[in-house]
Amino acid sequence: MTATRRTWWRTGLGLVFTVLMLFPVYWMINVSFTRDQDMRKSPPYWFPVHGTLEGYRAVLEQQGPYLATSLVVGLGTVALTLMIAAPAAYSLAKLRPRGGGVLSFVLLIAQMIPGVIMAMGFYAIYLSTGVLNTVPGLIVADSTLAVPFAVLILTAFMSGIPEELMHAARVDGAGALRTFWSVVLPVSRNSVITVSLFTFLWAWSDFVFASTLDQGGGHQPITLGIYHYIGNNNQQWNAIMATAVVASIPATVLLVIAQRYVAAGVTAGAVKD
Amino acid sequence: MKHATQTPAPPTEGGWREGATASRAGSAHRAPARRGGPGQWATGRWATGQWAAWAFLVPVVVYLLAFYVYPLYRNVDLSLRNYTVRSFVQGDAPFTGFANYAKVFADATFAPALWHTIVFTVVSLAFQFTIGLALAVFFSRNFRLSATLRALFLVPWLLPLIVSSSTWSWMLNSESGVVNAALTAVGTDPVNWLTSPDWSLWSVTIANIWIGIPFNLVVLYSGLQAIPTHIYEAAALDGATPWQRFWRVTFPLLRPVSAITLLLGLVYTLKVFDIIWIMTKGGPSDASTTLATWSYRLGFGNMLPSFGPGAAVGNLLIVIALVFGLVYIRTQRRQGAA
Repeated sequence: MTATRRTWWRTGLGLVFTVLMLFPVYWMINVSFTRDQDMRKSPPYWFPVHGTLEGYRAVLEQQGPYLATSLVVGLGTVALTLMIAAPAAYSLAKLRPRGGGVLSFVLLIAQMIPGVIMAMGFYAIYLSTGVLNTVPGLIVADSTLAVPFAVLILTAFMSGIPEELMHAARVDGAGALRTFWSVVLPVSRNSVITVSLFTFLWAWSDFVFASTLDQGGGHQPITLGIYHYIGNNNQQWNAIMATAVVASIPATVLLVIAQRYVAAGVTAGAVKD
Repeated sequence: MKHATQTPAPPTEGGWREGATASRAGSAHRAPARRGGPGQWATGRWATGQWAAWAFLVPVVVYLLAFYVYPLYRNVDLSLRNYTVRSFVQGDAPFTGFANYAKVFADATFAPALWHTIVFTVVSLAFQFTIGLALAVFFSRNFRLSATLRALFLVPWLLPLIVSSSTWSWMLNSESGVVNAALTAVGTDPVNWLTSPDWSLWSVTIANIWIGIPFNLVVLYSGLQAIPTHIYEAAALDGATPWQRFWRVTFPLLRPVSAITLLLGLVYTLKVFDIIWIMTKGGPSDASTTLATWSYRLGFGNMLPSFGPGAAVGNLLIVIALVFGLVYIRTQRRQGAA
């Protein structure tokens, strides 16, 4: 009896904390539905009492190309990151390359270099090679946010693949490449998905590289869409917040999916498969 | 060992298998010559294995050279030359040694930017860590909905920074922001959060704390899960109060995880640029300028960019980040070894 009451007390407190924490998110949604004339009302409406879809209409009319670009950039970054990280992780985890430790160390360090500073070097290179303001250029730059992380995470997961599995593949006549493609990759499916989701999220959310390397581009990502909005029409906050809500959808959806995959252990997956 | 070269397994896919099976047969066959036998074959396999291993590493090595080392090299080069827009395009800027660095150190913005970076980082970390730890302890007692609520706490961390930053900008708006509306409701004077030099640094720090809490919560929560429950049971049997249990048991046992969390948080907080730039652009009059935003403003924020000094500030920031990054790696290694 007391135990139950105690649990409910905790749940109540937990709900209060969560509400406080997520208030900004709620406020973003609330403002996205607020009419222009109510925007500067004091005190503000705490609920969208005169809800409007003006903001979302503006998103549909104006932000479509930005969202499409972000999608392409996100998917491109995932593909590039996996192409580079997965073989490297396989080697580091299972093939014991000489100097592998040094490489892992370099990757750890690379992860710590601020993006703002990378952006300046990229800007200089892109300007002279003509890649400035292009989608491929942005994809390459965005991938630097993810590649070190991807290699390190995939290596950790792949190290957990039982040696017996590798040995069995070898006995069946599979070479290193075939083992990688037909055994290691399928078994690591969950970690590959996890890495892909995070990579997509980072590329989708990137502002630093977009604002430096794609400022004048014909195809700009959604983060720049919001940024231009803030700069241009300071009054239309429902449109800005509606764009923000739409830009948050992938994060929310991916979080729900990713949780499942992160939870699934890699060796557990190997046994099941 | 000399014999190893006689039968090198070809570096092909098939060769791997041959090497492997032959090795087994070989070692069985020459069981008496224990030292020579397996060693010989192992060396042959080693060479093959190294070829394959490095073949898989070629993409990442090329990638690191092209997209990490080269941009960083260009950045160092930028900081050592006197670049103008013209010479930036033509690439014939004169070498000036450390002139850009001298210029940066002498700049009136340098001391405030460094100080703001320190305040922003230390205050952010202190609050993120304390709140994250309190929440982790709170959530470590399982209760109804605890898993769901914990998952919801991740949302601020996953939102694109431009989304959270612009939301905070509007919430902290002087005239129409909900924060000032709430302050007025409780009878306090409204605050010019983003437009007053006294408050802008605090505003961006508050937003950054909010964004960083989930990371601290998640890492510290997993650290708490690793503490065996029987230790708590023993403490409870000894009559320890919950408060004592936390300070005498949880906190000391959590120290390694705490060190990792704080150091990683430090490296990440030094990098923070988006939040500050979107909310205040480092202003008003540099009141919330950190090294990261200063570097960006020098390179990209003006009509006439000064790439040289911008790159110099950036390289200073890299050095600071790397120092703490190395401390982090060392701490982690030492803990892994212990």
